[in-house]
Amino acid sequence: MAGITRYGSYLPYNRLERAALGAGKGERTVASYDEDSVSMAVEAGRDAVRGGREIETLLFATTSAPYAEKLNAATIAAALDLPRTVRALELGSSTRMGLGALLAGADAASGGGRALVIASDVVIGAPGGARESGGGDGAAAFVTGPDSEAVARFVGRASATAEILDVWRLPSDPFAKQWEERFGAETLGPIAVDTATHALKSAGIGPADLKTVVLDGTNARAVAFVPEALRLKPEQIADPLLGAVGRAGAAHVGIVLARALDRANAGDKILVLCSADGCDALVLEVTERIAGGRPLHSVDRWLGAKRTALPYNTYLKWRGILPFEPPRRPEPERPAAPPMRRADHWKYAFIGSRCEACNTGHLPPQRVCVKCAAVDQMREERFADASCKVATYTLDHLAYTLQPPVVAAIVDYAGGGRLSCELTDVDPKAVAIGNELEMTFRRLYTGQGVHNYFWKARPKR
Amino acid sequence: MASRGIKDRVAIVGMGCTPFGEHWDKGADDLLVDAATEAYKSAGVGPEQIDAYWLGTMGSGVSGLMLSEALKLDYKPVTRLENMCATGSEAMRNAAYAVASGAYDLVMAIGVEKLKDSGYSGLTGSRPPSDGTDSSMTAPATFSLLAPAYAKKYGVDEATLKQVLARIAWKNHKNGAKNPKAQFRKEVSMEKICASPSVAGMLGIFDCSGVSDGSAAAVLCRAEDAHKYTDRPIYLKALAFAAGPAEGYFSQDYDFTSFPEVVASSTDAYKQAGVTNPREQISMAEVHDCFTPTELVLMEDMGFSPRGHAWKDEQEGRFDLEGAQPVNPDGGLKSFGHPIGASGLRMMYEMWLQLRGEAGPRQIKAPKLGLTHNLGGAPGRCVSFVSIVGNTLG
Repeated sequence: MAGITRYGSYLPYNRLERAALGAGKGERTVASYDEDSVSMAVEAGRDAVRGGREIETLLFATTSAPYAEKLNAATIAAALDLPRTVRALELGSSTRMGLGALLAGADAASGGGRALVIASDVVIGAPGGARESGGGDGAAAFVTGPDSEAVARFVGRASATAEILDVWRLPSDPFAKQWEERFGAETLGPIAVDTATHALKSAGIGPADLKTVVLDGTNARAVAFVPEALRLKPEQIADPLLGAVGRAGAAHVGIVLARALDRANAGDKILVLCSADGCDALVLEVTERIAGGRPLHSVDRWLGAKRTALPYNTYLKWRGILPFEPPRRPEPERPAAPPMRRADHWKYAFIGSRCEACNTGHLPPQRVCVKCAAVDQMREERFADASCKVATYTLDHLAYTLQPPVVAAIVDYAGGGRLSCELTDVDPKAVAIGNELEMTFRRLYTGQGVHNYFWKARPKR
Repeated sequence: MASRGIKDRVAIVGMGCTPFGEHWDKGADDLLVDAATEAYKSAGVGPEQIDAYWLGTMGSGVSGLMLSEALKLDYKPVTRLENMCATGSEAMRNAAYAVASGAYDLVMAIGVEKLKDSGYSGLTGSRPPSDGTDSSMTAPATFSLLAPAYAKKYGVDEATLKQVLARIAWKNHKNGAKNPKAQFRKEVSMEKICASPSVAGMLGIFDCSGVSDGSAAAVLCRAEDAHKYTDRPIYLKALAFAAGPAEGYFSQDYDFTSFPEVVASSTDAYKQAGVTNPREQISMAEVHDCFTPTELVLMEDMGFSPRGHAWKDEQEGRFDLEGAQPVNPDGGLKSFGHPIGASGLRMMYEMWLQLRGEAGPRQIKAPKLGLTHNLGGAPGRCVSFVSIVGNTLG
């Protein structure tokens, strides 16, 4: 047997209130202008690999891959400083791939391996539509491994695949379309019920044995068939977070499952189901390891740290839907492949150097020590998780950005080392010298069709 | 191991400087022709008498051909160089050394920049292909870091500091208003300066130097030959330069209230020139006031004010045109404008006028020693140039 050994989640800082869209109550999470499915995957993954980076397989699921061609998972592996020998796979094209990836991770773990499964999505809907208001952005990550280390073991599963025109999008289309809701409900609903039933049967348990049921799908009515058919009690159904997050595409089941694990006790049985183009279902049994296996950031912690009331036109600008007046500054240049390759430890893993002769930290890594001028006596040091603070800062109204002003800071790291970098997810008025910060992986900009990923600092969340 | 200097071995015998500003009708080549022609005339020589040229431009052209084509030079050596915003001074420094070595008798240092063709606000520059992790801070943002750090270190409240910075801009605009070649030739009120739109941190538009086009040139020869060309040469007493290890960008010890590169280059310059008390011995200075806090900090780094006292000296008018030690009498980068490659030579042009008594309404009474200071980069990571010049030998 195998199971989930570690997990993590990530929800972006910004929220769009549905009232601003004239679309009902609650809010949706919004990836910032400097985030995408890859950067959010890294944020979720950081919590999941805090327990260890010995990952053999990386599985990345998204319907919003930043590159249509180029291994997005390679960026994630580099930023998480995974072993160079890692196998990386990507799953896309359907929001079911988040759970699909977890099932594949379960297979890898059953074969004796260790996989990191990350699902992450930025859900963009056509302005005014249900997908825009009902979608959300976020990520979830799970490490799968041996039963002996599991916080929740895999005890049952079932799948079904059906050729149905429910949700679709051409590669050239910016927004997905969906067939009429009643058709989807009545075709996908019975499939979901069958799949859930088979999964419970394979686990050798009945619906009443379930502590928590995580239900997700492209069609809310189809998903609603399951509790009705299985006679589940309302308290068994996990809050689908539609009012606080929105349906976060391929990442959604993972986020809701992570929250269920945040609250679970040993012995709890959890059914996870995702209905899209068929259905996948997974049954988990929480182990006594759960108490010591939780991530630094619970889903509720991410939910609590937020900026609400994002203006709708800002949201549209961030997503590239609304044309806008650019700053009177040159557009950023694309980063170049050879220097990026040479600096991959720095750029992605945020590895600087420390002088073996005098212990001075250097960001970026240097060959010659700035203090004692020793040459080539450096060791690598990862600063991604080092605590840091604002040494000094300024608000740059001139720099090119989608969200002026740029909050630029000189950041000092505990244990030595300094970097001039941008702050993000921050209220410019709240920045002060001495503020505690932490690093976050971001997409700084896209220049001439090349995404430029690097790290920024943010107030501690 | 020492910076020996070439005190009194090289003289400037002619200079030219175009008006700085928005020259929509002139390219960099036109500006070079204008500045060179004025410098030839000033020295009473023709192009055939100049043995070699040093051309400084940050990015308005490449190679010596930029100058040799514009001036149709007769197969003369032309060196093109760049050292960020200190480029113009570097052209002069290297030209001076060539003369001092005896390699050439008469040379020209010329600097030019054409900034207003880009269509962008502020400075732009092309960087080599990179990994995309470099700091994206603009120039005003990097220099704005000086203000809160200075305020904190010396217990100056930010409102007072804002007034001090505004006064620096006010002073330099006031001086520039008296200068027919300056980009901005109008006095600006303190109220208007304080109310200008924010650019970065405490800095408003009026805390920033003018983005402009321009060119300036100098003709140099060995001191003993100077009187062949003019009866009022000026003599180079010191040429100093420092490029730092960027310590401020790595080390937490750096606190953004000083430029170590400026301390190093001014210390060297004083030693070369035999200056022991710059506050008293330097009659006037043209310094790199790219942003108002820069001028404030420079006064302390160069020893014009004791540490933590420059803000008081600025307030008390010490550095005004009528003050004890005028700073930026020609209006400085602030109102004369800052076409990168030309600025260092523009500073020297004001020394040339002042030391020869030709500065008109800006004339300082009987100056003996003048200083130019030219800086490139950002606090914590910069290059700095300091020269000292005088109108007598010894």
